[in-house]
Amino acid sequence: MDFLNAIVALANYVLIPGIAYGSQLAIGALGVTLVYGILRFSNFAHGDTMAFGTMVVILITWSMQSMGLNLGPLPTALLALPFGILGCILLVLLTDRMVYKFYREQKAKPVILVIVSMGVMFVMNGVVRFIIGPDDQAFRDGERFLISARDFKAMTGLAEGLGIRTTQALTVVTAVIVVALLFWFLNKTRAGKSMRAYSDNEDLALLSGIDPERVVMITWIIVAALATIAGILYGLDKSFKPFTYFQLLLPIFASAVVGGIGNPLGAIAGGFVIAFSEVIITYAWKKVLGYLMPEGLEPSGLVQLMSTDYKFAVSFVILLIVLLFKPTGLFKGQSTT
Amino acid sequence: MTDTGKNTLLFVGLFALIIGSGFLQGWNNALFILNMGLISAIMSLGVNLQWGFAGLFNVGVMGFVALGGLAAVLVGMPATPGAFSQGGPGVLMSLALGAATIAAAVWTYGRMAPGRMRTIVIAAILIVGFFVFRGLLDPNVARIEGVNPALTGYLGGLNPGTDATYRDNGWIMLFAWPVGGLFAAGAAWLIGKAALGLRSDYLAIATLGIAEIIISVLKNEDWLSRGVKNVIGLPRPVPYETDLQDSPAFVERAASLGLDSVEASTLWVKILYALLFASVLLIIFWMSQRALNSPWGRMLRAIRDNEVAAEAMGKDVTKRHLQVFIIGSAICGIAGAMMTTLDSQLTPGTYQPLRFTFLIWVMVIVGGSGNNLGAILGGFLIWFLWVQVEPMGLFLMDIITAGMAEDSALKAHLIESAAQMRLMTMGLIMILVLRFSPRGLIPEK
Repeated sequence: MDFLNAIVALANYVLIPGIAYGSQLAIGALGVTLVYGILRFSNFAHGDTMAFGTMVVILITWSMQSMGLNLGPLPTALLALPFGILGCILLVLLTDRMVYKFYREQKAKPVILVIVSMGVMFVMNGVVRFIIGPDDQAFRDGERFLISARDFKAMTGLAEGLGIRTTQALTVVTAVIVVALLFWFLNKTRAGKSMRAYSDNEDLALLSGIDPERVVMITWIIVAALATIAGILYGLDKSFKPFTYFQLLLPIFASAVVGGIGNPLGAIAGGFVIAFSEVIITYAWKKVLGYLMPEGLEPSGLVQLMSTDYKFAVSFVILLIVLLFKPTGLFKGQSTT
Repeated sequence: MTDTGKNTLLFVGLFALIIGSGFLQGWNNALFILNMGLISAIMSLGVNLQWGFAGLFNVGVMGFVALGGLAAVLVGMPATPGAFSQGGPGVLMSLALGAATIAAAVWTYGRMAPGRMRTIVIAAILIVGFFVFRGLLDPNVARIEGVNPALTGYLGGLNPGTDATYRDNGWIMLFAWPVGGLFAAGAAWLIGKAALGLRSDYLAIATLGIAEIIISVLKNEDWLSRGVKNVIGLPRPVPYETDLQDSPAFVERAASLGLDSVEASTLWVKILYALLFASVLLIIFWMSQRALNSPWGRMLRAIRDNEVAAEAMGKDVTKRHLQVFIIGSAICGIAGAMMTTLDSQLTPGTYQPLRFTFLIWVMVIVGGSGNNLGAILGGFLIWFLWVQVEPMGLFLMDIITAGMAEDSALKAHLIESAAQMRLMTMGLIMILVLRFSPRGLIPEK
């Protein structure tokens, strides 16, 4: 029984939050990785792109709520999601046309594009704060729990409860669908194949008649969709605040780099590596160990490797270790110079 | 027009702006802009050294600035009575142990043949080392933080004074500035050793992360920096306003200039700060100019422009990169210590990358990367705009919304959001400069 309790506690505090957070990071990292693979620069504005898409979703969610539209147990934000994606697509295509295109035509060095994306980041951050303000915004509705800890205890008779929030379940389901769709697109469709070809070898792709501007446009559209989805999943699960989204840039980059930047599969793996390391290192293991250890040997302290405040630091330490020992990431990423 | 003429005009225009703000918004405000402008100019000189001279993309400026701030505390504050004897030696020992663990891991990495065995041994060293380190650190930290936690709860600094008298030793802050540079240089050495071999994007991400780690250490290691409880009341190298107001000689002199003694004292303090900061800026500028025009500077630019060719000529690229990375970061550390001195408090929670990393980058880009004068101009100009965009935005919004009804929700929202115009404006300036004048206001020669 104690063993079961330990597993349930582990699932409740480590596995489920880790999987949900990992999925959110993975979808964010997929966006960063696609920009890197096709446009060949690290997009510092990605966190704020996510914030923009999410902001559009929130605004539309609010107006839907005021009109009485909802999805019952599911959050209304899902209904508003397509509009958010559309808004985000418009934004990134506009940015590409007005800002990035010039440098692409100039064949500017990647590092110049990174600096340009810093400017874009400032502007997007400003736009979001200008429209919705710098504070926390609530937009979650619908059923809060899929299974609450109390129901679970009653059902199983265990001492330890297992709660699954609707948003956590939703995150995982959405992530699976999004990833499946993306891989189907990249591997099976003509547009997807041309994207991969362009990413692998630009010259060869141009030679075989692939239109680079079309590839770039499709990439931005997909990136906008991914950013918005990652943004609302994170926002529903935790909360929406422009500054938090800017900060998400860091773990997202870490995920992309750890997995091997430019490699979509790596981005997903990286997302989970980062998420689980953060959760495992900052979780107080006292409870789980208490169930597992023989009587009298239970730990007296919290058995927490690092205080929760070091969450962000954890992702960077992992990032650094990976960069030092495997500069191209766990999966082989691109090594453009 | 000659280059010198144009540059002079740019600087004259800039100081006209600052003086203009003095007439419109008061001299205290203008001097505040000037002081922070001086500090910003030093930071952008540091970044310019790394990016403009050597093409190193450092997005961790915030971390070095914060380390400078930490130095100001560790040098300027008095030691907390009893705190060191409670846990000081223990903390130092555990830190040494932590360093030894890492050194042992690095040593083993070099000694053993690659393979699974090496991975296991290194992992074992690190894991055992970590637990021993934590086991030794935690109780000592708890004891230090237990000493009068509401007021101190940290080790304090090197100031020889006591709680009552430490403010008399304000001169000590002048020593904190180079120490801040040393702290930043030490961190830069570590980071450079690890990350300089990486390509530019990766270096950027790595430095971004390290800055974040430094900030979370400052926020959480209360025994060291009081964490988010902040250290306030740092001593200052200039007199206190209240002391000046109590001095009959000062009051008399102020009166002879037709100034009220309260206003005169605040202005005088700021002027003294400005003189101190300006002399640091001049020294660093002079040294940067010398570096730029020396064989060393030419070598750096050669490496920047064509790494492969420079390497073929026998230049040690990695070593030069490490050198310039350390020097540039040290300059940022000095500026950080100066800023904390000016604020007379260390508030780790206020270090945000948008303000302390990316804004410095805007300064360098707009001023003209690769040109020291440009970096200084950019530092002043962007800082001036950073301060002034908010009132200007508010003014603009007032005009835009003038025709709207008093109770209109849109009007309220627009006016309330004017404060957020700052980031947008900075981003726009940066994008426009990069697009239409990528070499900045004062381009590299």
